[in-house]
Amino acid sequence: MQTEEKIKLELENKFPFLKDAVMIRRQRRLFADVPQDKVYEVFGYLKEQMQFVVLSAITGLDQLQNFAVIYHLSNDSGIVISLKTNISHEDPRIRSVMSFFPNAEMYERELDDLLGIKVEGLPDGRRYPLPDDWPTDEHPLRKDWRPKDA
Amino acid sequence: MHNSHDVQVPLGPQHPALKEPESFLITLRGEKITAINIKLGYNHRGIEKACEERTYTQDVYLIERICGICSHSHSTCFVQAVEEIASIDIGMRAKYIRTLIAELERVHSHLLWLGVAGHEIGFDTLLMYTWRDREVVMDLLATLTGNRVNYGINTIGGVRRDISKEQGKEILKGVDLLEERTKYYIKIATQETTIIKRLSGVGVLSKEDALRLGAVGPTARASGIKRDVRKDDPYAAYSELDFKVITDDHADVYGRTVVRVLELMESYKMIRQIIKNIPEGPISVKVPRKIPAGEALSRYEAPRGEDVHYVKANGTEKPERVKVRAPTLANIQSVAKMLEDRYLADMPIVIAAIDPCFSCTDRLISLRNYKSKNKKIVTWDKVRLAGINWYSKQGVDFTKLNKKFLIP
Repeated sequence: MQTEEKIKLELENKFPFLKDAVMIRRQRRLFADVPQDKVYEVFGYLKEQMQFVVLSAITGLDQLQNFAVIYHLSNDSGIVISLKTNISHEDPRIRSVMSFFPNAEMYERELDDLLGIKVEGLPDGRRYPLPDDWPTDEHPLRKDWRPKDA
Repeated sequence: MHNSHDVQVPLGPQHPALKEPESFLITLRGEKITAINIKLGYNHRGIEKACEERTYTQDVYLIERICGICSHSHSTCFVQAVEEIASIDIGMRAKYIRTLIAELERVHSHLLWLGVAGHEIGFDTLLMYTWRDREVVMDLLATLTGNRVNYGINTIGGVRRDISKEQGKEILKGVDLLEERTKYYIKIATQETTIIKRLSGVGVLSKEDALRLGAVGPTARASGIKRDVRKDDPYAAYSELDFKVITDDHADVYGRTVVRVLELMESYKMIRQIIKNIPEGPISVKVPRKIPAGEALSRYEAPRGEDVHYVKANGTEKPERVKVRAPTLANIQSVAKMLEDRYLADMPIVIAAIDPCFSCTDRLISLRNYKSKNKKIVTWDKVRLAGINWYSKQGVDFTKLNKKFLIP
């Protein structure tokens, strides 16, 4: 069996709610849709038990009816699994993954600055990447955001 | 813990020791750094947002301008993602040409780095030598693509220029010369006492820390981590090329130097294989303007490490989302670690040693509306005042000092 299929099977066995939610898009690329209340658990399992030891990036998406956060985790065989979770548009919140990966800090600050997704458990610190005097209620990567007249 | 002997020193956003704007607030006890607070984002240009408002083809050129040094890295990473969504096979010849430009770019980037590293430790002869030699590869890139930095060779569906047999011969001549010179630099890097003494034990990043903090590229490989996207997750023509992943166990700036000079030799080896084995065939295929809905994640080993692009398409001619994670952002926490409890004087070379690229890192807002009527001219005094106010907001106030020593 291919490694990708083994990964899919192991995830589906461990987490029954992932049945039909893990997709093998091509060699070395998996995508999985995970409910928001389970994403932290699946994330931890992938890192601690399945050797997905690199957090390559975190992508935030504005899908109009909701937001989505995608965690791109990779392992030393070049396989990347992208865990996607939908979160509400009214009160977008996720839990920080810094306890697994300290380098998630910048990626999570970006979610906060550019999309206004609140990350619970993110330590205080300087914002990234917007300037210190940028209004805290303006998030440029939201689809309804337009540049204002300077 | 702060005590009364601690002094806070701001370094940047503008500072002679930094090549790009970034700001470090350093806490010093004597000459030693006890804490460091990094602020990035000064090069944030809103490229991700701008990509959503342009067509895929326009985005290729915009994304190429994320960074001057690794422009080909970003454009290749992006077009690979788009081609994957549209299920396009571009053919091997185009892949070989992309790989050729990629390796030539790595050669120019590593030679540039070697020069900067020499400059940061006061070894300006090395800077002059490497940058002179770098012109050889710059000229090759200019003949192949028409440009020295933003090559414009990539397009969605392949490449825009073919290479001729004559150009192949020119490349081989250039590579022979560069290899000769690189052997000399390897000798300098591994035998010259001044370099070894100045760089050894500086900016140490243990293998455990590098793994924990997610370091990438030569920074990780110099801490003994054998990770290279070209090998682990082969793209373009890398699966058909024979090359070694260079690692080193010194885990300091010296190790990073060794990794980069040895990687140059691997690049020459690959360039020769490409010229020898490049298959015949078309260099591009036609791609419809509208890309079907879908998403893809593309990875690329840029000269500085793993570059990651995520693209989401919605069936129109413009992408729904383009996300870029450049290697420097992955390495920035490692820099803070390397500087902890080290001397202030080591800071420039330690920062330079990850080969930082803050344009890449910050990429992403056109804040100015050019049609705006509210244009104003700011005088020099006002700019200076704004600077003083900015620093005092950061907790750095020189008013008292100025009164005491300098300005009446």
